Amino acid sequence: MNYREAKEHIEGLLNQGIRLDGRKLTEYRKPIKVEPGFIETAEGSARVIIGETEVIVGVKMAVEEPYPDTPDQGNLMVGAELTPLSNPEFESGPPGIQAIELARVIDRGIRESKMIDSKKLCIKKGEKVWAVMIDISPINDAGNLFDAGALGAIAALKSTRFPEYDGEKVNYKKHTNKKLPLNKIPISVTVHKIGEHLIIDPLTEEENVSDARLTVVVRDDGKICALQKGGSMPLSSEELDSMLKLGAEKSKELRKFIE
Amino acid sequence: MGKLLVKEKEVVVPGEDLAEGMDLLPGEGCYRDENKIVAARLGLVKVGGRLIKLIPLSGKYLPKKNDVIIGKITEITLMGWRVDTNSAYPAMLSLRDATSEYIAKGANLSQYYAIGDYIVAKITNVTSQNLVDLTTKGPGLHKLKGGRIISVQPTKVPRIIGKAGSMVNMIKKATNSKIIVGQNGLVWIQAEPKMELIAVEAIRMIEKYAHVEGLTDKVKEFLDKAIKGGR
Repeated sequence: MNYREAKEHIEGLLNQGIRLDGRKLTEYRKPIKVEPGFIETAEGSARVIIGETEVIVGVKMAVEEPYPDTPDQGNLMVGAELTPLSNPEFESGPPGIQAIELARVIDRGIRESKMIDSKKLCIKKGEKVWAVMIDISPINDAGNLFDAGALGAIAALKSTRFPEYDGEKVNYKKHTNKKLPLNKIPISVTVHKIGEHLIIDPLTEEENVSDARLTVVVRDDGKICALQKGGSMPLSSEELDSMLKLGAEKSKELRKFIE
Repeated sequence: MGKLLVKEKEVVVPGEDLAEGMDLLPGEGCYRDENKIVAARLGLVKVGGRLIKLIPLSGKYLPKKNDVIIGKITEITLMGWRVDTNSAYPAMLSLRDATSEYIAKGANLSQYYAIGDYIVAKITNVTSQNLVDLTTKGPGLHKLKGGRIISVQPTKVPRIIGKAGSMVNMIKKATNSKIIVGQNGLVWIQAEPKMELIAVEAIRMIEKYAHVEGLTDKVKEFLDKAIKGGR
């Protein structure tokens, strides 16, 4: 089955309004599960399952020097590692384009939504701030790592507790009850375009033949705070409109799972 | 006389001693260690006369001569095509076994089989080093066009096919689809979109309930219900 045949086959199904696994075009897979606090030793963590896709996200906190342009704000870092265990296509070694894009899209969603009140992470201006490091590890990639990873990152941040800090050293063995200062909760929904159809929550097979995709990040006040377009084909302005609308609508569905 | 250390039909794990004595012979899934016969995989013990073998319960596909499999072309070389057979061992489809047509020197081989194409092929030989030779010359062996490939556990393939193909024929008839089950655990299905989904679901159901008795009736019931509901 080469690319052309696979695409014809998937488009044939979409023309009849069904997907490879029998879902409707704009339906998430079942089950969706979010388990915050999945790793006890980490400051924050979550496991997210969407259908057969499974992602574990961990949050690490450290005391660091702030970046020179933001001396009174905490640092945020998002990393993703696409482990060979999760998909036979992935190779071990330094992160590739896919992993970097995944991390950056999730980073942008968290950063631009102003989810973390980063001024409250400042310990001493220009010298010491808290750094929040989010690591995304797919356990099984059956498609839609973007949404699963973003959902996991949000759930992990919500479960994050500061470690003990005496002014000099961080004691990671003891966690305090202090939570991260969080405001708006962003939810990311990725809409894919295959032929004329717009779908969400693609399977790996569908991602492989996707013409273009748009990740829409929506805050709880309904405002769109980040976008990322991927794929080689262009999008018309009508398509863009309906993708944004679809993303905003579907984000409400996902939001239920982290509340 | 050799002594059996486990009961017949018992589940054994790799490394478990199955029998003692030189007069018993290790069969499929077992090997001899001095005077003992030891299990090499997870499975059920089956004794046939002096031969002790295992019916595997899990595991990757092991290439066997004369098996008809579904493979994916991964590389085109000077001598032919390299094929992924969903097993740990590499397979080759050489030029003379690929087609009865005459292939001119320097011809573009991708017009016969291109990278990414799926083929139905038969294993002609497995060397002691587990190098696999394939052929696509013969009845029913060809390139697959359209449809979809799903992968199932290779150990469940006999159950999906059923006695003399009864199970797969039932699904084919009910959903009016074309299905080819490769011994290596890849299944090709082509039908009307809705019927295709029902066929996929039926196969997944067989895979899940492979150990259950009266599965044929259960699948029949499912198919009747699904097709009625779909229309």
